Amino acid sequence: MAQIELRNIGKKFKQEAVIENLNLTIRSGSFTVLVGPSGCGKSTTLRMVAGLERQTEGEIWIDGKCVSDTPPGLRDVAMVFQNYALYPTMSVRGNIEFGLKNKGVAKPERERLIGDISELVGLTPYLDKKPQSLSGGQRQRVALARAMVKQPKVFILDEPLSNLDAKLRSQMRTELIQLHKRLGTTFVYVTHDQVEAMSMGDEIVVMDKGVIQQADGPMAIYGQPANLFTAQFIGTPPMNVLLQEDMHALGIPAMPGVHYAGFRPEHAVLNPPDGTEGIMLRGRIATRESLGAEQIYQLELASGALVSVKTFLRPMETVEWAAAAIPAEALHAFDVRGNRVECSLNEWREAAGGGILTAAGAGGRS
Amino acid sequence: MKEGIQQAQLGLGKPGAGAAKSEPRARMRLAASGRLLLAGFNRACMLLLVLVFAMPFAWMISTSFKTLPETMIFPPVWIPRNLIWENYTAAWNTGPFLRYAANSIVIAVGILLLQMLTIIPAAYAFARYRFAGSRLLFGIVMVTLMIPAQLIFLPVYLELSAFNLLNTHLGLILPFASSAFGIFLLRQAFMQIPDELIEAARLDLASEGRIILRLMLPMVKPVLVTFALFSFIAHWNDYFWPLVMTTNETARTLPLAIAKIREVEGVATWNVLMAGNLILVAPILAVFIASQRHIIQAFVYNGVK
Repeated sequence: MAQIELRNIGKKFKQEAVIENLNLTIRSGSFTVLVGPSGCGKSTTLRMVAGLERQTEGEIWIDGKCVSDTPPGLRDVAMVFQNYALYPTMSVRGNIEFGLKNKGVAKPERERLIGDISELVGLTPYLDKKPQSLSGGQRQRVALARAMVKQPKVFILDEPLSNLDAKLRSQMRTELIQLHKRLGTTFVYVTHDQVEAMSMGDEIVVMDKGVIQQADGPMAIYGQPANLFTAQFIGTPPMNVLLQEDMHALGIPAMPGVHYAGFRPEHAVLNPPDGTEGIMLRGRIATRESLGAEQIYQLELASGALVSVKTFLRPMETVEWAAAAIPAEALHAFDVRGNRVECSLNEWREAAGGGILTAAGAGGRS
Repeated sequence: MKEGIQQAQLGLGKPGAGAAKSEPRARMRLAASGRLLLAGFNRACMLLLVLVFAMPFAWMISTSFKTLPETMIFPPVWIPRNLIWENYTAAWNTGPFLRYAANSIVIAVGILLLQMLTIIPAAYAFARYRFAGSRLLFGIVMVTLMIPAQLIFLPVYLELSAFNLLNTHLGLILPFASSAFGIFLLRQAFMQIPDELIEAARLDLASEGRIILRLMLPMVKPVLVTFALFSFIAHWNDYFWPLVMTTNETARTLPLAIAKIREVEGVATWNVLMAGNLILVAPILAVFIASQRHIIQAFVYNGVK
């Protein structure tokens, strides 16, 4: 259990600044996920916490101690690497034991710890095998066991699931969540996969270009994205964003300071029944995708803009033209720099003069 | 044989597949026979290569069992009428062979141990660290690869003589205390090891020494074995240095002893000479056979990347 604090962290590679003035507090015992596109600095941040990379500026605190000058082995952190980084010439037992030996743990104690851990992750029958003879999932377990046996204060996981196939990945996802619950240790997890982030993290840190875009719980990130980047990074398909001229054409009332309006594809109602309240879009169905339970359509509006609409448990629409209603409360507003503007539902309504935001009122467009 | 295969393929084809399919099938047949031809050519080349290397060897073994007149017979015979084992005792008795053999072992093993001690840290440093002048130093190491022994033997001789090291084991070992070739080979092998492994070891609280000994060296074992073989063979067989750096028997090695056999009676006693040669290469041959798996591995490992 340990809280991690990054204070004014900066990192330069040669002359290029990758991270500038980053401040982040990772709550003790949380499952914090750093997520962002490749090259956003999330792995660098993680490696600085582990001590594998030295920050150019700032301080890192783990459990109330400044560890900026502490070598990685003494930071009480354990790391699981993307490609597992198992020692190929050692057996599974040797891999798990290596850290304990270096720490000077006595042999009977080592035996006991290895026995416990391998029981826990189901590796007991494989203890004397070499990593090369194991499957991807088993290697992953060895990597986890190697990290767990040291009983660290912090677990650091760098895209640990990206080398697994889809089915195994979702299985390991569940196992990791359970593991976190059982251990209660701070987990810091890096991924570029927003689905992984949403499903696993109880704290999500969205990063882009070395800057934290938003750090919050998953539902807050989904429900109140702090800016356009977060809005479009989280959610599949991403949030639809309408430019000012689109807003005008659709009869979305202009609000002071609002430059973009966004809505999530799953909040739009395709071919709504009469009398549905909301902004009405009409457009040609450009593409259709079916994932079984859900369907995703792309509507091409008169302006040429494409918006995604997602429906659940409904038959595939075969018509060429379709309408979609967006409930006013599902609209997100962003200012000219892409930052969130809080607009209450009533403000939108008032600005609209009451009636415009109904299906009947906007129906004439297209 | 080719026809047989073609017929077998025809037999495999579905009956009545029709004229439409005959063209692709003909193409397949052509491709199959082409493959066969290529494979045959390949084997022929390999066989030729093996012969080129194996023939002199076989000739050496054959000659070592012949009588002297038998070595001169034309056309040559491959299998001697009687196996003359006495050639071996004769070769052994031309000089203090035991001493030569002991010298050879001490010098070749001594060089090898010393080289391991110097090239492993050097290669690790060149592979893993960027320090001031690291590129220049590595460049200098590489340049020494291109300097022939004939160019430097005189200054080395003078130096050894100044330190009173002529005719000593140490004098034959020290000039080869390190190896540019070894540093290069090992550095390349170290560079292929992913950084994550070393990072994982650092997180596991392993010291630099432990990382090298427990993690890196086992991983480059095939390369180490290969280098050890190259080095051992080169210095075991070396004729030039021991010849130049010794003036008496105290530190002379086997190759010098073998060369001396030729001079024994004025006539070249090829059979005895070849027996001596076999005594010389036997240990190397044994090492080769014992470690061929590692050698092949080393070359596959280096070739893929």
